[in-house]
Amino acid sequence: MTKLHIETTINREPAEFLCDPHETLLSALRNGLGLTGTKEGCATGDCGACSILLDGRLVPACLVLAPEAQGRTVTTIEGLSSGDALHPLQRKFLEHAALQCGVCTPGFIVAAKALLDAKPNPSEEETRYWLAGNLCRCTGYDKIIRAVLDAASEMKEAAV
Amino acid sequence: MNSMLAIRYDTPQSVGEAVRLMAADPDARVLAGGTDLLVQFRAGVRRPSAFVDVKRIPELMSITIDREGLRLGAATAAADIVEHADLRRLWPGLAEAVRLIGSTQIQGRGSVGGNLCNASPAADTTCALIVNRAGCVIAGPNGERTVPVEQFCIAPGRTVLERGELLVALRVPHPAARTSDAYLRLIPRSEMDIAVVCAAVSVALDAKGVCTGACVAIGAVAPTALLVPEAAKALVGSSLDDASLKRAARAASMAARPIGDKRGTAEYRRTVAGVLTRRAAAIAAERAKGPQKN
Repeated sequence: MTKLHIETTINREPAEFLCDPHETLLSALRNGLGLTGTKEGCATGDCGACSILLDGRLVPACLVLAPEAQGRTVTTIEGLSSGDALHPLQRKFLEHAALQCGVCTPGFIVAAKALLDAKPNPSEEETRYWLAGNLCRCTGYDKIIRAVLDAASEMKEAAV
Repeated sequence: MNSMLAIRYDTPQSVGEAVRLMAADPDARVLAGGTDLLVQFRAGVRRPSAFVDVKRIPELMSITIDREGLRLGAATAAADIVEHADLRRLWPGLAEAVRLIGSTQIQGRGSVGGNLCNASPAADTTCALIVNRAGCVIAGPNGERTVPVEQFCIAPGRTVLERGELLVALRVPHPAARTSDAYLRLIPRSEMDIAVVCAAVSVALDAKGVCTGACVAIGAVAPTALLVPEAAKALVGSSLDDASLKRAARAASMAARPIGDKRGTAEYRRTVAGVLTRRAAAIAAERAKGPQKN
């Protein structure tokens, strides 16, 4: 069947790919473009593992059709670091050992970035509610929340 | 997903173009946020011949508040709605219902129009729209029509939409002075669940705090959300004292005709419909007494 040719912007770079009309953006990112940082968990929008930013808005990539990316701006976990310098959230996840198996981690970090973009100084409760759609079966969440709050305070200091 | 499926992906730029696409193909489905449709598609529950993505149509993707009230584009994402300060101030109950849909990620995609068109009896926004007297603006091959929101869903998963029609917007009139709303739902956990029972109430008060108008709707207790005029009647003319709140609660429980399932027995749902009605009425009244919003 005819593939669709999609032109978009991914992690600040122009990108193009071919996809089936009913293919998900998650599949196009992972299989078409080799951006395998975004993970597939449930594939039904319940677990948050495939969280990406679409025009700056946090969305589950498993519930976005690939052709919807035409002319839009996509940010994935691969777009967070600057060269070799990790994003503060990535560094704090390492420092706090906020991961074990790591499958949920890219989704948590992208979701946490969306939180800090919208609210640079979130409370613990706000952080927990914001991340309620990201499931982790390893950590018990506490280290993740601490890593996000620590990143927020470091980023705030750096901004002063 | 089966890569052999010959499915089209369309991006109409106008309502007229979307109507033409929907009218030409009875198996085409409107794609808004996809949080229900794409899950149903993957599960094999729905086999659309085409996804008609309506998110490039400006009228479906905007929130405006004008002299007539709120006009909410049907495909506008929940996140855009809850971030709209004027909407939150004027319709706090509607905003809190939208805010309860799914996770942050789902909020980035899911829309009020989609929530309505999916026609779940437990949909969070339906009751809040009903008590705010919302109208569904529907476009079709024969032009535009408006249907009161309480008549839009006719059974679980079924709406009044006919072939070629699509929901374009919701129209909500301005609340009168000293009028406000509230929405409550019961779920067994603190976030991310489907209502076992839900209730929305809107009340209008006079300067002395006497209720001059009310509207009550309950959800997840019948095949569609129910407007309960008997509960509203119990509130009107009262100062929303305990006795009248209890009468409204009893009326809501009487109107409920729930099923029993894994999320709650019928008896439990009937009782909770009353409890939520009473509590939502009290919250709406407090809000109506608050600082003037108009």
